[in-house]
Amino acid sequence: MTAPLAVFFVLAGLAVIGAVSLILQKHPIHSALSLIVVMIALAGLYLLLGAEFVAAVQIIVYGGAIMVLFVFVIMLLNAGIEEHTSISKMAGAPGLLLVVALAGFVAATIAKSTESVQATPQSGEIASTIGISNMIFKDFVYPFELTSFLILVAVLGATVLAQREKS
Amino acid sequence: MVPTGYYIILSAILFGLGVFAFIFKRNIITIFMSIELMLNAVNLAFVAFSQALGKLDGQVFVLFVIVVAAAEAAVGLGIIILIARNRQTLNVERVNLLKL
Repeated sequence: MTAPLAVFFVLAGLAVIGAVSLILQKHPIHSALSLIVVMIALAGLYLLLGAEFVAAVQIIVYGGAIMVLFVFVIMLLNAGIEEHTSISKMAGAPGLLLVVALAGFVAATIAKSTESVQATPQSGEIASTIGISNMIFKDFVYPFELTSFLILVAVLGATVLAQREKS
Repeated sequence: MVPTGYYIILSAILFGLGVFAFIFKRNIITIFMSIELMLNAVNLAFVAFSQALGKLDGQVFVLFVIVVAAAEAAVGLGIIILIARNRQTLNVERVNLLKL
């Protein structure tokens, strides 16, 4: 087993364990910490793939900003241990069936997808950040400008939603 | 080096776990976190294909997905605060009325 393959399996195992832990934990703050483990592991996988800019953005934006927002809201709402209600027992069986069906569908799609792409070994060479910035500011400049508008609308919406109604 | 198929399989596993958490968790904040997990799984597939095909388009899409996820987190957490304030619960089973 080569070194990159070993690193891949360590990081992949970490990501899967984190995701399973997110499901098993009862307290939301523990789930949030598990999700941070998943995100750091994915950032390591991006580095392994050679996408160093995406890895940095993953840690700064996802692991930093978004998860701080989650933890902040958990603290703000004083969220406790998940209470167990079994109001909808019926949803359990079809839900499990749906998950298995989805996993089967994804597996079938992977199996059917062209062997050429799957077998292509990852070169692992560093993708240039210059290339990404060229694409964002030349080929994708209009979508990029639209995202700034999207963020503006999202911030306005969040502010309107969270403010207390005037009596 | 690592075959691209491994990354795609890992992405599918993470997405499946995200769907599972989305369906089975009861806390609305945890449900929201499982959506983030699914977005991350898709991002991994994007980057893996981008590197396999030698094109940077996939990585640019990942950046856009992260922007949308940040906007979604801001709005979604605002909605969660509103629900918690109006219903005094975070359990989605107890949020079953359109009108209080």
